Amino acid sequence: MAVERRLRIALVGKPNSGKSSLFNALTGLKQKIGNFPGITVDKRTGSCQLNDYTEADIIDLPGIYSLYPRTLDEKIVVEILTNKKGPDFPDRIAVIADATNLRNCLLLLTQVIDLGLPVVLGLNMMDLAAKSGLSLDVKKLSALFDVPVVMLNARQGFGIDELKRQLAGDLKPSGKRIFDTLNGMGSAVDAVKEHFKLSSFYEAFQYLQQPDNLKFLSGQEKDFIKRVASEHSFFPHKYQGAETIHRYGYIQEVLDAVVVKSAKQNWKVGTNRLDQILTHRIWGYVIFLVILFSIFQSVFALAQLPMDAIDRGFADLSAWLNARLPSGPLFELISNGIVPGIGGIIIFIPQIAILFAFISMLEESGYMSRVVFLMDKVMRHFGLSGRSVVPLMSGLACAIPAIMATRTIENWKERLITIFVTPLMSCSARLPVFAILVALIIPDKRVFGLIGLQGAALMGLYLLGFIAALLSALLLKSFVKNTERSFFIMEMPTYKVPKWSNVGFTIVEKTKTFVLQAGKIIIAVSIILWVLASYGPKEVMNQARQVVREQTTNEQLTEEQFENRVAAYKLEHSYAGTIGKFMAPVIKPLGFDWKIGIALITSFAAREVFVSTIATIYSLGSAEDNVTIRNRLKDEINPETGQPQFTPAVGFSLLIFYVFAMQCMSTLAIVKRETKGWKWPLLQLFYMSGLAYTSAFIVFQLLS
Amino acid sequence: MDKTVATMKPGEAAVIAGFSDEPLSVKLLEMGFLPGNVVVFNFAAPLGDPVCVNISGFDVSLRLEEAATISVID
Repeated sequence: MAVERRLRIALVGKPNSGKSSLFNALTGLKQKIGNFPGITVDKRTGSCQLNDYTEADIIDLPGIYSLYPRTLDEKIVVEILTNKKGPDFPDRIAVIADATNLRNCLLLLTQVIDLGLPVVLGLNMMDLAAKSGLSLDVKKLSALFDVPVVMLNARQGFGIDELKRQLAGDLKPSGKRIFDTLNGMGSAVDAVKEHFKLSSFYEAFQYLQQPDNLKFLSGQEKDFIKRVASEHSFFPHKYQGAETIHRYGYIQEVLDAVVVKSAKQNWKVGTNRLDQILTHRIWGYVIFLVILFSIFQSVFALAQLPMDAIDRGFADLSAWLNARLPSGPLFELISNGIVPGIGGIIIFIPQIAILFAFISMLEESGYMSRVVFLMDKVMRHFGLSGRSVVPLMSGLACAIPAIMATRTIENWKERLITIFVTPLMSCSARLPVFAILVALIIPDKRVFGLIGLQGAALMGLYLLGFIAALLSALLLKSFVKNTERSFFIMEMPTYKVPKWSNVGFTIVEKTKTFVLQAGKIIIAVSIILWVLASYGPKEVMNQARQVVREQTTNEQLTEEQFENRVAAYKLEHSYAGTIGKFMAPVIKPLGFDWKIGIALITSFAAREVFVSTIATIYSLGSAEDNVTIRNRLKDEINPETGQPQFTPAVGFSLLIFYVFAMQCMSTLAIVKRETKGWKWPLLQLFYMSGLAYTSAFIVFQLLS
Repeated sequence: MDKTVATMKPGEAAVIAGFSDEPLSVKLLEMGFLPGNVVVFNFAAPLGDPVCVNISGFDVSLRLEEAATISVID
């Protein structure tokens, strides 16, 4: 049957109420992530067939405890629910409550009811509630709030059909008004209600409480509201407190009437026992470090195979296209610029996906809250928050989703510092560079028979990035002013077995973020760099073949070796090569020659491009493996000294440079978006480049 | 010295009397910290801060400075 009706339905509920499970169960794979207009909050939407003739667009709104937001993301909820003319204003609302924490969840329900919106209450986690011994009179609950109540177990899909039926049905706003008058402030609310022609008392109250969070109001309208507030002595905090107390009073009466049997005192005994170990003063940290280390190891172990396959696949594709496509600048752009550019994005997907699988499992299980709890005090010394741990860990995969994950940090200063230092965490793009340089300068030996020197060096580089992040945070802490209050207050959810489909959705979401946000910039920059590296002054480029032929007449070169030499010559004389040579005096104190200079420039698309640039410039052809590149680099002679070019001093200097340098346009773009301006990304660029230059300089001068 | 949630010991229970910080109190109220309710001190993080408390069956962690704004009577 044809769809005759489309409804817009918003899911609201507190964090950890199983809202995402429900959203996933309702929409399945038909979901997409976009942006709310004008702001950077992720907007998760999906479609769902409610019945034969009703289709619904479901919006999953950020988890909130009440309409008063604590974080950036949460501000969107009150705005959407009060902006009746807005494109996202829902026709219906489903408030999802955690049945084991009913009291806290009902607060939000009463606020939504008072806005006069049609709402269904979904009581989720009924299985846990039953296990806890809680018994509710659901019919009475429904009657007392005058809203339909559906019992759910979103993880198992129980109750979903009934919820769809209720949402598709003839849903009217509740006839109850829980908070609709308060001594001494009626006049202000009346004035606002009349001026804006609002239908409910509570809507006007919200206008008075948080005009600045309601983006749809014009500056004039906000001024009007503020004037009314001061004329009528409307005190937001005082009245907000009174509102909450009033609501809880009402909720307590309802609960007294509907709770047939309360939860047993000891139902959380499993969680409590786990907490005794997992937040133990010694074991807590030991376990966290072990988990961190295992994740780290598994990410590398598991990602290796798919990454190699992708690498080979794209090199083959590029070579295949080169052979098949007719020659000409456009086709070369495709086979040598665009295809490797796309390959350079795809290759990171395995690491990013696997790391986010682990992070999502830790979050789903409830363990991440314990990590935040354990680390908060330590992180605070550095101007960070316990909540900075997740972004910093994510930064080991890619700074882009990591920086977006900082939105859960409520305090602006803590969030800004986290954003600033996250790119110092060694992301997956640095690994190929580290791998080849470590192999070049560190002997493949074992100490005491077990610790591989190369592995230890690699670990050291990651550690160095982490320490640099912490110390930079400490530095920044004294420069950034704190403009707002910091609230930490955080729910400690009970431990649960992660739901695998939720983990899957998170992986898809984060990977998409990376591909879409970073991908387009990486492609654009790789095309620009390809042009810079392939073109140069015309006469020089045209004579390349001839010049190389003359230079190599005495050498017995194969056809392939000759072509590689031509490619190297062309790169040397290209615009990129010219820039590299121009830079040479600047990077000489770091031990870098113009060839490395070119690689530093091309690294700006993504750091791992270093490896392929080095391969081209040393006439190796692009599809060579690491061992070939390494051996070639070992043989490279410095024309000034007659000694090997890649001395340990140069290698270490280059490694340190790559640990610290900000060589990622995509990160800068995301930081600009998240901090709403160029100030912070530019500071970040100068700070990290300065740090990289100075450290590489010191290392080179000390070692040589 | 006035007794606050910050001065409680693991396992201890007390009744919330009031708040000393208005902007913070609205957040605490929202999370269910209501005057007259019983708050149970679960445990503190290894470095003594933050702390984890239970309020009407709901486990919440707060920083010590936040806990110190909730005065209690035992």
